[in-house]
Amino acid sequence: MQSGVDQKNEVPIRVLVAKPGLDGHDRGAKVIARALRDAGMEVIYTGLRQTPEMIVNAAIQEDVQCIGLSILSGAHNAIVPRLMALLKECGANDILVVVGGTIPAQDTTFLKEQGVAAIFGPGTPLGATVEFIRANVKPRGLAA
Amino acid sequence: MSQGTTEKVPPDSTRATERAQPVSAAEQKWTDEILAPTLQKFPERPIGANTGTNRYPDGTARFTTVSGVPVERLYTAADLPADWDEHPDTYLGAPGQPPYTRGIRATGYRGKLWTMRQFSGFATPEETNRRYKYLLAHGGDGLSVAFDLPTLMGYDSDHAHSEGEVGKCGVAIDSLEDMEILFSGIDLEKTTVSMTINAPASVLWAMYLVVAERQGADWNRVSGTLQNDILKEYIAQKEYIYPPAPSMRLVVDTFEFGSLCTPRFNPISISGYHIREAGATALQELAFTLYDGVEYVEWALRRGLDVDDFVPRLSFFFNSHNDFFEEIAKFRASRKIWYRLMTERFHATQPRSQQLRFHAQTAGVSLTAQQPRNNIARVAIQALAAVLGGTQSLHTDSFDEALALPTEQAARIALRTQQILAYESGVAQTADPLGGSYFVENLTLKMEQGAFDYFDKLDAMGGMVRAIEQGYPQKELAESSYVYQRAVEAREKIVVGVNDFVIEETPQPILYIEESVRTSQTAKLQRLRARRSQDEVSRRLHALRHAAAQEPRADKGKVSDANTMPYILECVRAYATVGEICEALRDVYGTHEESCWT
Repeated sequence: MQSGVDQKNEVPIRVLVAKPGLDGHDRGAKVIARALRDAGMEVIYTGLRQTPEMIVNAAIQEDVQCIGLSILSGAHNAIVPRLMALLKECGANDILVVVGGTIPAQDTTFLKEQGVAAIFGPGTPLGATVEFIRANVKPRGLAA
Repeated sequence: MSQGTTEKVPPDSTRATERAQPVSAAEQKWTDEILAPTLQKFPERPIGANTGTNRYPDGTARFTTVSGVPVERLYTAADLPADWDEHPDTYLGAPGQPPYTRGIRATGYRGKLWTMRQFSGFATPEETNRRYKYLLAHGGDGLSVAFDLPTLMGYDSDHAHSEGEVGKCGVAIDSLEDMEILFSGIDLEKTTVSMTINAPASVLWAMYLVVAERQGADWNRVSGTLQNDILKEYIAQKEYIYPPAPSMRLVVDTFEFGSLCTPRFNPISISGYHIREAGATALQELAFTLYDGVEYVEWALRRGLDVDDFVPRLSFFFNSHNDFFEEIAKFRASRKIWYRLMTERFHATQPRSQQLRFHAQTAGVSLTAQQPRNNIARVAIQALAAVLGGTQSLHTDSFDEALALPTEQAARIALRTQQILAYESGVAQTADPLGGSYFVENLTLKMEQGAFDYFDKLDAMGGMVRAIEQGYPQKELAESSYVYQRAVEAREKIVVGVNDFVIEETPQPILYIEESVRTSQTAKLQRLRARRSQDEVSRRLHALRHAAAQEPRADKGKVSDANTMPYILECVRAYATVGEICEALRDVYGTHEESCWT
């Protein structure tokens, strides 16, 4: 894989991998966290059962360019709108938000309207997720 | 630490890891005269990409199981220990005879087929009750309850953390009232029910027992299984509430209560299923699960329980994955290992203590969202492995489970798959039909040896609770799942329809759970809280907190004074909710947070 470096500033892309909701199935979140790290990105994994508030706080504190949400339980329609509203409130809606997990086809339009950039269902190659994030994160201003 | 390992140790099983014996003259002749020219003419080619795990350093093809274990071209007598024929009883035994490698029943499935037990639950108790009646009407033998995430985590449907989760992954149960609806019209003395519930297991079990009692059922005759396996929650599925020590105490409370009050109920199903789903290899699933069993036994013995009083009711639950022979070997080895652990380490004398009984479920993790009907074939192969491995009961996954909870049609095909195996394939007619296969026996011996190697490591760490606190099993699983995923990415492992044989597809209809379940459960809770005696609920919860804070000591022939089960039963009878009872225990025990092992 190519390096996970923000091409313009040559600093690693920072990603928050988050597991919202009550579900504890974290195999996918851990595998993707490791794949992004192997691709040269800086990855922070939140651990389990994070509320949208906790995720947005962590994203801002860690100054990430991308939030990857792992949701398998069906709670996405409750979690995602709250998270997107909080990002907007904090003026952090330039952060790229992607979702991985089991999302019914009829919910994808709703989630994309909320501002989710991409949904990666079961069987998505790790490389496809890496490429998408690399191509779509907003370039950062030169870090202070 | 293991005790008495010098007695009754079977002949050394490690020798099966390499060729165990010199090859025979006949085999040597075959190697020279038949094999060598064939390899010259048609070199072996890996199944999947010719890279990484599929190549030896010299460039020749390497073949491995789904767990990454090398598989040889051919297995012969040279792959069995030299004294194999001299010690048939130590290595294998006959069906129904120690060490139970060939099964726990002398007649295999000829006396009784495996129980076809389909796991289901979704939305409201009313809707799930209808699905249960449907399953029973279509030839299902027993029920298996899937609870939603708020119930699994000990929150009521109206709790803030429950938003978006109510009724999604299973049925929402808040109080005894919901449990009464769930089993209305189903005779609990005649139907065996399995309940997948862990951290709040004793609460849901108490609700079940009260429903049975009110139906007029005798607790001595009520039969079923509680999952109640908290160790695998810390290792794999992560639906824990309290820290490990008080959680183990609650589990031992159910062992003690069950052995005295519900003699036909299995208070635990020690589960490898979720460990495998979280990315373990077949061997890791086997070793961690059986060692979890060791840990529960150790904790119960420390309470003062007698090994032969509670071990006969411990049951197991394994995953049945894609790699056919590896899975069969795992199931066969599990029985022998448990027999050895019970006799050598714990000196159990009752045959029922020494016989490992298990439920199997096909591997949800192996199902693909792509071309989902292909999953019907995967499930059939996995189910066949479980049957050839001698399972006592079986759940077959529905083909649409990588997409959502199953539709009724998909659930029926899953059940029909078992019926085709049982009634058409002929595989149920002979006990342990693969016994004596060089390949299967070699794999079975390797599984046994590999598991004991893990047991040594876990013993050295001070047991499973300690190992979990150090993140050891969690890290092992994360490593295995990543290794496998990389092999899939590199197309070294082929997943049909995902990384090969791919087509363009349109979405198919799925079962869609509406958000309205939370609204209706919340309304029900409001009516319940208005109706019940708040005063009585508070008194019962207070009594539970008091008992939970005491250290129970076994009192031969009666339930310990501080055993939480009788107190939980009283809370349930007063219509305290799952959330309220779990909150009372959170007050006493606190909650558990995992360190992030990535």
